[in-house]
Amino acid sequence: MNVNHNTEKDRLNFWEKLYLPEIARGLGLTLRQMFKKPMTRQYPEERWEPTGSYRGRPVLVLEEDGERCVACSLCSRVCPALAIEVQAAETTKEKERYPVKFEINMLRCIYCGFCEEVCPEEAIVMSKDYELIFTNQEDAILGKDKLLIPIAQLQDRLEFLRRFK
Amino acid sequence: MPQITIDGQRIETSAGKTIIEAALDNGIDIPHFCWHPGLSVSGNCRMCLVNTGFPRKSADGSLERDENGGNVINWGPKLAIACATPVADGMVIDTQGQRTEHAQNAIMEFLLINHPLDCPICDEAGECKLQEYAFLHSKGQSRYNEKKNHKDKRVELGPNVMFDGERCISCSRCIRFADEVAKQPVLTFVQRGDHVTIETFPGTTFDSPYSMNVNDICPVGALTSMDFRFASRVWEMSFTDSICPGCSRGCNIKVGVRNNEILRLEPRTNMHVNEYWMCDNARLTQYKFVNENRISSPMIRKGNTLVSASWQEATSQAADLLKKFKPSEIMVVGSARATNEDNYLLAKFAHNTIKTNNIDFLRHIDNSFSDNSLRTNDRTPNAHGAVEVGVKHEQPSGVSMSNLAERIKQRSIKALYVMDGDIAANSSLTDALDDLDCLIVHATNHNSTTERAHVVLASTTYAELEGTFTNLNKRVQYVQPAVATQDHERIEGMQMSRWDKFGAPNDRWARGERRNCRQNWEIVQDIANMLGAGWHYTNSENVFKDISNHVSAFSGMSYDLLQEFQGLTLGKAGSPEPKGVVYQSNYMKPN
Ligand code: SF4
Ligand code: SF4
Ligand code: SF4
Ligand code: SF4
Ligand code: FES
Repeated sequence: MNVNHNTEKDRLNFWEKLYLPEIARGLGLTLRQMFKKPMTRQYPEERWEPTGSYRGRPVLVLEEDGERCVACSLCSRVCPALAIEVQAAETTKEKERYPVKFEINMLRCIYCGFCEEVCPEEAIVMSKDYELIFTNQEDAILGKDKLLIPIAQLQDRLEFLRRFK
Repeated sequence: MPQITIDGQRIETSAGKTIIEAALDNGIDIPHFCWHPGLSVSGNCRMCLVNTGFPRKSADGSLERDENGGNVINWGPKLAIACATPVADGMVIDTQGQRTEHAQNAIMEFLLINHPLDCPICDEAGECKLQEYAFLHSKGQSRYNEKKNHKDKRVELGPNVMFDGERCISCSRCIRFADEVAKQPVLTFVQRGDHVTIETFPGTTFDSPYSMNVNDICPVGALTSMDFRFASRVWEMSFTDSICPGCSRGCNIKVGVRNNEILRLEPRTNMHVNEYWMCDNARLTQYKFVNENRISSPMIRKGNTLVSASWQEATSQAADLLKKFKPSEIMVVGSARATNEDNYLLAKFAHNTIKTNNIDFLRHIDNSFSDNSLRTNDRTPNAHGAVEVGVKHEQPSGVSMSNLAERIKQRSIKALYVMDGDIAANSSLTDALDDLDCLIVHATNHNSTTERAHVVLASTTYAELEGTFTNLNKRVQYVQPAVATQDHERIEGMQMSRWDKFGAPNDRWARGERRNCRQNWEIVQDIANMLGAGWHYTNSENVFKDISNHVSAFSGMSYDLLQEFQGLTLGKAGSPEPKGVVYQSNYMKPN
């Protein structure tokens, strides 16, 4: 019969078939790592602080007199994942409109940053927040209460955008 | 018949037409702001400049030829505005060449000098002519480094019209509309040059019953609807062709929907009915009842209260109740708010199934509503159709609406089967309804009739059904669903916005309420079949086919033809009026 033999058994040489020397080699590798500086960190006690270029969850910029967002829905239109829903309403402020509802569905968001790029008001920016844990689908839809972040906390990103956008 | 050539295309047109009209008749769109086919020509925006000329003739009168054998054209010394230049035989028009393009670009640059860059907060964005042309006919660069002019923003010209001076491009469409169509000449330009703006004359306000049409025809976002302001971006909505149910004119409209909720209505061109317009009253009222206070499932009476029931329970309850009465004790009431299909099956139900000739319908007449423009005194869309398909008082033995109250009091009518959910609105009937042994009502909204009913059958509004209405001029017009119900999801054939297409169950923006309501004729069919009728209509088109086969006035009509010609007149399906050019001011509106 014309059978092409290529089983594991066929590929191994005698020493490899014995296994024991290989086990010793593996143990040796492990032993060597023990004396090296660890690559991992003790998360969550030890946290990584991303730089301004990091694209964590998108958030809304909150200034002293309220949000910058004018509810133009451009972020919602450009979002490739349809993660953003905005409902506008009228204000007496100069810019006429504000979002009564602003929701980002974090199960849809793919952290592309398009929303930040399109925003005419620099009102939505990518934050450093990467810790997104939800136990049900409803919780993953973040409203204005969770999205609005004081501008002071977003300085790194705003600085990054000023320099590189 | 003058022959002209536009962009190399030879066109036969009629004398007296302007270039822009001749072009539009042949599907060529010349950029324009101030021109509107429903208004006089003012020729002030200059966006429609085109290069015109005539073939050069030699001394002997023959046409000169260039080396390729084509005509040599004597181009005019200056460009001409297409909206005010009449066509002449032999005229050659160039709408795309370098000279025209240069002029268009210059006009766009000029118009944008003082235009604020506030598209993000402007309601017109997405359906704005200035945006469209900036995209198509402008270099996208400004050489203007000086300060932009500031003008008043948020000025209320009338109760429904908000004006933003900075966005106005001074096309005067609104002024001409107020003068010529609304016949309320209260708008005017004040100041000159770049200070020019629109005002109402002192002591006046623009409150004509047609005022909101200026929000549509304003080519920019200078005029916006106070009812709709900021409710939604247009690209998030779906727009479905429909017919206004507000009065018997049957204006052609578009229904703007987002998340299964109607946010606005706007007119749709039909030169045989409403031209380009609709009335403010309809815009403000004819969508609210679809969104609010709805009967969202069938109900049956248990003791003193109405409780939700399944369709099976409700229809069999209705059938059982009807069985208890003699045919002559039952009165069937059709509805001028329901479609021809609904009324046709109801009439068939009364005559063939219940076997009574007590059938009629209630007219909703409001003389204060009519005017000599579009609005009529009949506040229902289909009174003509109801009569035509057989819902009418049967002389002499049948009971009519006028003696119904009396017959109920005399106890000769004990049961009422009503398709018009609003008959208690007629004060003479309100008390009489309490004396009935059985009241079965098809209804869309909670009201004083449904409070008294024994069985309430949740029916669809005009925005949720497929069918036809017949207007006061006997024009049969097609209506299709714009809003989804539990009976029909947003599937093929329905207009869908981006949100509708991609929504999933965990998206809050895809959860708009789906009501458990059904078309009137479907409900009638179920009950009729329980009483042994044996009907097998599967969709509205089936019923309509039956109508066109059995009711002579409808013969030759079909849904396809109704859509193709935007309506057909009763008895004249064989000789339809041509639809003509359907002008839409903003043609790039996303859907
Ligand atoms: S980051 Fe991308 S996917 Fe996430 S909300 Fe913004 S545009 Fe949408
Ligand atoms: S693009 Fe910016 S201003 Fe517009 S709705 Fe989004 S966050 Fe608000
Ligand atoms: S308000 Fe609109 S319609 Fe009126 S002149 Fe200005 S741009 Fe034209
Ligand atoms: S005139 Fe009648 S049909 Fe036309 S929009 Fe007004 S209410 Fe509707
Ligand atoms: S459209 Fe011709 S000048 Fe405005």
